[in-house]
Amino acid sequence: MPKRSAPEVNAGSMADIAFLLLIFFLVTTTIETDSGLSRKLPPMDEVIDPPIIKQKNIFTVVVNKYNQLLVEEELTEISEVRALAVDFLDNGGGVGEDACDYCQGKRNPSSSDNPDKAIISLKNDRETSYKVYIAVQNELVAAYNELRDREFSRLNPMLGMNFVEANRRYSDPRTSPDEKERLKPKLSVVKLMYPQKLSEAEPNKN
Amino acid sequence: MSKFKKKKSGDLPAISTASLPDIVFMLLFFFMVATVMRDSTLMVDNFLPAADQIQKLDKKDRVMYIYAGKPSSRYQDKYGSAARIQLNDKFAGVEDVAAFVLAERASKRQELQNVLTTALKVDGDTKMGLVSDIKQELRKVNALKINYTTRLGDYLQNMD
Repeated sequence: MPKRSAPEVNAGSMADIAFLLLIFFLVTTTIETDSGLSRKLPPMDEVIDPPIIKQKNIFTVVVNKYNQLLVEEELTEISEVRALAVDFLDNGGGVGEDACDYCQGKRNPSSSDNPDKAIISLKNDRETSYKVYIAVQNELVAAYNELRDREFSRLNPMLGMNFVEANRRYSDPRTSPDEKERLKPKLSVVKLMYPQKLSEAEPNKN
Repeated sequence: MSKFKKKKSGDLPAISTASLPDIVFMLLFFFMVATVMRDSTLMVDNFLPAADQIQKLDKKDRVMYIYAGKPSSRYQDKYGSAARIQLNDKFAGVEDVAAFVLAERASKRQELQNVLTTALKVDGDTKMGLVSDIKQELRKVNALKINYTTRLGDYLQNMD
C-alpha cells in the first residue's frame, strides 16, 4: 500500500487571522507622546508696584555654575531638596488669618506662613547644566505633588487614587466627560490648597 | 504513457504562500500606526534629561517644538560644537525664536492660537544660558506655556 502524502494546509483563513491580529494591535497600541515638566513663564510686562514678600515666605534654591545646589544659602545635596521643600511649604507658621489648618508641618514662625504665601524661587547661572536644572525642577514639582497627593487622598478617601493619578485621568482625552466633570472640582480644591508658586528668576549675568 | 503515474511517496507539499501578502500588509499597517512621525530631521544631539514628575503633552496640534543642543557630528565641521537652536529644519539664532513662534501661531487655527504650548526639547548637556535666552524670547512674544520635554527616568541619572 502506497504511503499517503500529507494533505495541504488550507490557507484560506490566514487572511482572517492576519486581520484579527492587525485589529488587535490597532486597538492596543498608543502612539508615543512626548511628556515633560510643564511650566508657565511670567509675563514680560513689568509690574509697577511689586508686592512686598516677607523673606520667610521665600525659599531660595540656587544652582551655581559648578552645578552645586544652594538651598536657603546652604550647600545641599539634591536628594534632600524634596524633603526641605515639603517642610517649607507645609510649615504653616502663620497665625490669625494666615493660619493654615491643614498643614502638618512644624509651625516654625521663621518659615513660611501658609502654602498660599510660600514661594519657591529657583535661580540658576548661565553656566548651569540643563539636566541638573531639570533635576532640581523635578524635585520641586515632586514636593508639590507629594503634598497634593496627601491632601487629595485625605479629602477623597473613596476615590482610591492620588492627585497625580487623578490629574492624569483628567487630562487623558479617553476619559469620559462625566468623569472629568466629577474630578475637576476635587482637583481644583487641592490645587488651591497648595498652589504651585515656583518662580524661575532670570539668570545671573556674569 | 502511464496515466496513473504513482506519486513519489514521502515528499512534502510546497507551503502555500498565498497568505504572505496579508502578513506583509499586517506588518505595514502595524508600523504605520506605531511610528511617530517626526516633522523635522534632527540636526542637533538630543539626549533629553530624565524626570519623573511629568505630564503628557497630548494634542499634537497645540504644540510647537524648539530643539537645542550641540550640532550632530556630521554638522560639526560646518557649524562648530557650541550648542545651537534648531527651528524646523535649520539652525537658528536666539533672535529667530520670536519670529518662529509668531509664524507657528499664525499657521494654527484661530481657536488654538491662545492655547499653544512650546515644547523645549533641549539636550541635557546644554548650558542654561541658551535655555534662558529662549525663555526670554518666548516671554517677549507672550508664549508663556512651556514644557521642558524630558524622558521618563530617575532624576539621579542627570547628576553624573
